[in-house]
Amino acid sequence: MSETKKFMYINRRPPYGTVYPLEGLEVVLIGAAFEQEVCMVFISDGVFQLRQGQDTIDSGMKNFSPTYRALGDYEVTRLYVERESLEERGLTEADLMPLTWEDEDDDWAEKPSIQIVSRAQLSDLLEEQDVVFNF
Amino acid sequence: MAFELNGRTYETDEEGYLADLSEWNREVAGYMATEDDCDLSENHWEVINFLREYYEEYQIAPAVRVLTKAIGKKLGKDKGNSKYLYELFPYGPAKQACKYAGLPKPTGCV
Amino acid sequence: MLHTVNKSPFESTSLKTCLGLAQSGSDILLIEDGVYGALAGTIHTAMLAQATGTISVYALGPDLKARGLPEDRLIPGIKVVGYDGFVELACANDKVQSWL
Repeated sequence: MSETKKFMYINRRPPYGTVYPLEGLEVVLIGAAFEQEVCMVFISDGVFQLRQGQDTIDSGMKNFSPTYRALGDYEVTRLYVERESLEERGLTEADLMPLTWEDEDDDWAEKPSIQIVSRAQLSDLLEEQDVVFNF
Repeated sequence: MAFELNGRTYETDEEGYLADLSEWNREVAGYMATEDDCDLSENHWEVINFLREYYEEYQIAPAVRVLTKAIGKKLGKDKGNSKYLYELFPYGPAKQACKYAGLPKPTGCV
Repeated sequence: MLHTVNKSPFESTSLKTCLGLAQSGSDILLIEDGVYGALAGTIHTAMLAQATGTISVYALGPDLKARGLPEDRLIPGIKVVGYDGFVELACANDKVQSWL
């Protein structure tokens, strides 16, 4: 591959109510094969996708929240969560699933994937991207 | 599509992947392998069991390069390479092994 | 009348519209993404907390559980019901209005 591009996947919707979050996650996993510089962003109701303790047993839907834990294996190691979106929803970082990736170049040390960022920081990040997908 | 085994009917999709993950058992894997003229050895089972554990934990079938890396980490470098895995599963380690493991086709496989 | 709301208050005005039109004595049942409206401590908590005085507000348990929302994070006064409770509410009211 001659040149890597910066890809950003923006997740704005809550899980289960629509098919967008699951489809978006699958696009990220498939896209990971192209070895680009990938990050994911969780804003608005998208922050609910990372809520810990999801249990779909009574509602009969597929619980795809464990799949976010596989993102590290796919070398998707930067998940930006907007602080303002969390605050508006009465959530803190402790309400989210702990997600990590293993750094091969650092003796497989486990490092956190989730980074809480401000709206202003996200705005700058967005500007840097070559390709942006929105789910 | 479907196949019969020991008096039971198992539904599959058009490519032979098991429709209902929970119906899987070792005999199903053995039957699918026989259909492909493949004899399941302990080395095959290592990969099949690994895939089932991976699915249980992450709810997806891993892409082939993720599988290769993870096998290498768990079972050693001599097994975590495409040559070894393709020798075991000539139709493609992710595709073929996932089928025997009763998992859906790996995300991103066409 | 039973009102059901299935959209998140953060991305749709259906809960707000429903609360504006529901008369006292009505039942409101939050289902699917509507259950996010039951959360305490959010920017939309006040409008529902006010209504719980005159309106009975319910949230569907299986949808809360799927989304990882435990009962102790909900607005006090909201009752959690199962699918059987949904059926009972629908039977107990003469009409059902779905705010889709």
